[in-house]
Amino acid sequence: MDSEDDFMSTVSSEDDILPDDSDNDDLSGAEDFDFDDEPDPDLGTHKDAEYRKRVAYDVSFTVWQPQDMQKQQDDLINEVNMILDISKGDAAILLRHFRWNKERLIEDYMDRPRKVLEAAGLAQSAAGPQKLEVIPGFVCDICCEEGEGLQSFAIKCGHRYCVDCYRHYLSQKIREEGEAAHIKCPSDGCNLIIDARSLDLLVTPDLTERYHQLLNRTFVEDKDTLKWCPAPDCQNAIECGVKKKDLDKVVPTVSCLCSHRFCFGCILNDHQPAPCELVKKWLKKCADDSETANWISANTKECPKCNSTIEKNGGCNHMTCRKCKHEFCWMCMGLWSEHGTSWYNCNRFEEKSGTEARDAQAKSRVSLERYLHYYNRYANHEQSARLDKDIYVKTERKMVQLQKESGMSWIEVQYLASASQALQTCRQTLMWTYAFAFYLARNNLTEIFEDNQKDLEMAVEALSEMFEKPVTELADSKLKVVIMDKTSYCNKRRVILLQDTARNLAEGIEWPGTKVSDH
Amino acid sequence: MSIQFATKRLGKELQKIQNYLPPGIELVSADNFEEWLVDIRVLDENPLYKGQIYRLKFKFSSSYPIEPPEVVFVKLADRPIPMHPHIYSNGIICLDLLGHQGWSPVQNVESVCMSLQSMLTGNTKNERPPGDEEFVRANRLRPNQIDFYYHDNNV
Repeated sequence: MDSEDDFMSTVSSEDDILPDDSDNDDLSGAEDFDFDDEPDPDLGTHKDAEYRKRVAYDVSFTVWQPQDMQKQQDDLINEVNMILDISKGDAAILLRHFRWNKERLIEDYMDRPRKVLEAAGLAQSAAGPQKLEVIPGFVCDICCEEGEGLQSFAIKCGHRYCVDCYRHYLSQKIREEGEAAHIKCPSDGCNLIIDARSLDLLVTPDLTERYHQLLNRTFVEDKDTLKWCPAPDCQNAIECGVKKKDLDKVVPTVSCLCSHRFCFGCILNDHQPAPCELVKKWLKKCADDSETANWISANTKECPKCNSTIEKNGGCNHMTCRKCKHEFCWMCMGLWSEHGTSWYNCNRFEEKSGTEARDAQAKSRVSLERYLHYYNRYANHEQSARLDKDIYVKTERKMVQLQKESGMSWIEVQYLASASQALQTCRQTLMWTYAFAFYLARNNLTEIFEDNQKDLEMAVEALSEMFEKPVTELADSKLKVVIMDKTSYCNKRRVILLQDTARNLAEGIEWPGTKVSDH
Repeated sequence: MSIQFATKRLGKELQKIQNYLPPGIELVSADNFEEWLVDIRVLDENPLYKGQIYRLKFKFSSSYPIEPPEVVFVKLADRPIPMHPHIYSNGIICLDLLGHQGWSPVQNVESVCMSLQSMLTGNTKNERPPGDEEFVRANRLRPNQIDFYYHDNNV
């Protein structure tokens, strides 16, 4: 499978750059053991299960392709069908009713089969499987049609309608309302759910695909450990066992086979090392106009008497409020009359009357500057990350060119692709370190974090520079070595930064700033 | 969905309605199979509605009766909008029966009218839904596109 190849290659490259290999092996051994201890009963048998937890910041996850999901559903249905001795159609409905929790279904069913069946919309079945029937004297309650040879259908509740109406009804539900697993009998107040076998019989071929798509969707949506890959047109789902309550301790970045990397906790793009909660706060802060308010308070002053907001756009320090005619000094905010003869030259810095006004302004000015410091760097990396995508396209072209000019093989130019990949990933991480740092208070941990950040920043810029070189120079084998060195250094710096932060988060060491609300 | 489907069913309903309608329900006009007008009144002594007649407008899509019809009260000089905590002052009715979730294709014009009759009969509150003014001013959606939250099952 592709995923295995992918997995092997990324891991081996990470192994290369890890400082201590034996340490790393210990860690992975422990993780494997952990996994054996508590296998996921439903999914442990899945062939694709790869346990990637190698480094502290990595979480284990599995990519599910549409056919895997289908197979998994079929397997579960077969199992329940055998254990409980109920039809596959009923097993499927029961499993969906129990949100695919097989253990709970079997347990509950053993205890009170009748109650379980009723709750799931399956009345006790007496007759055999449902089929289309022609019943003499039948009148359809939907179209009010009667007539000889009118084919009709009913599920176990016995509410009978003509096939035409049934099909109209289903197509409305499936096509327009996006329902599949929980379509009820058309009769008013009847809660019996139309089972999969009846649907297979009635659903017209043009709807089957959509219908199965919707069924698969419930499989993913019903399970807390499964989420859709949010990339456009990607049909895969990711399975990851990270619990919601742990999101302040781990940043569960997963990567789909389509190569999209995202956070399993919040579905946003990869935002390591910042935890979800912080990311949410940061994005909100960047989107709302709290900073506009901050600008106002940093660049304007309020009249000490009537509190009208005043922006000084030139002129001297002798202010006369337009509204209340209060006269004051712009510098010290004190009464102008106290200035005596030292006109237009405020030297009364220690005067009490203006201290408070100055303090408040200084505070919001510092807070604005602080925010802008982090925001500028965050935004800069966000933009660069976008440009890096262009670079990657250019790089691919360069690689083809390089092959032609230097006679290098495809394999030999792959170092450029991995360099570009490293650049993009590191920038993404770097971007979020700035959002993260904004919320950190000043202490030793923060200093270590910022040192790591600085090292990564330098490594990224150094690598980024390499992509500016003309192709002719790239052919030089010395430069190739330099780029490969820089690539692996970049990756290494990223791993160190992420590992360090992840360890501190996991150990619950309080990053003092993370708890403090800013505003 | 063929237009025929709705037409056929409405034709049958009309035939039946013209023969017989329960007391308090009167067909005003059914000139086509897109829009019908019906008058209803409450049969008991409920002081909120006593002596009043209300005008209902039914609009049918081509997917009727698979899809619910759009049903609203219409205001005329002698036809007020009934006072009810689930009826907005512009005539829009918040009733699960008329939404996609609560609708069943076995319902029909007659059964809808009867449900509305009983909805009025059972009510004792002389009030509009909360946020009526705001809703009436801001709403631009068709009644059946509104996502009502049926929070109150008692009225």
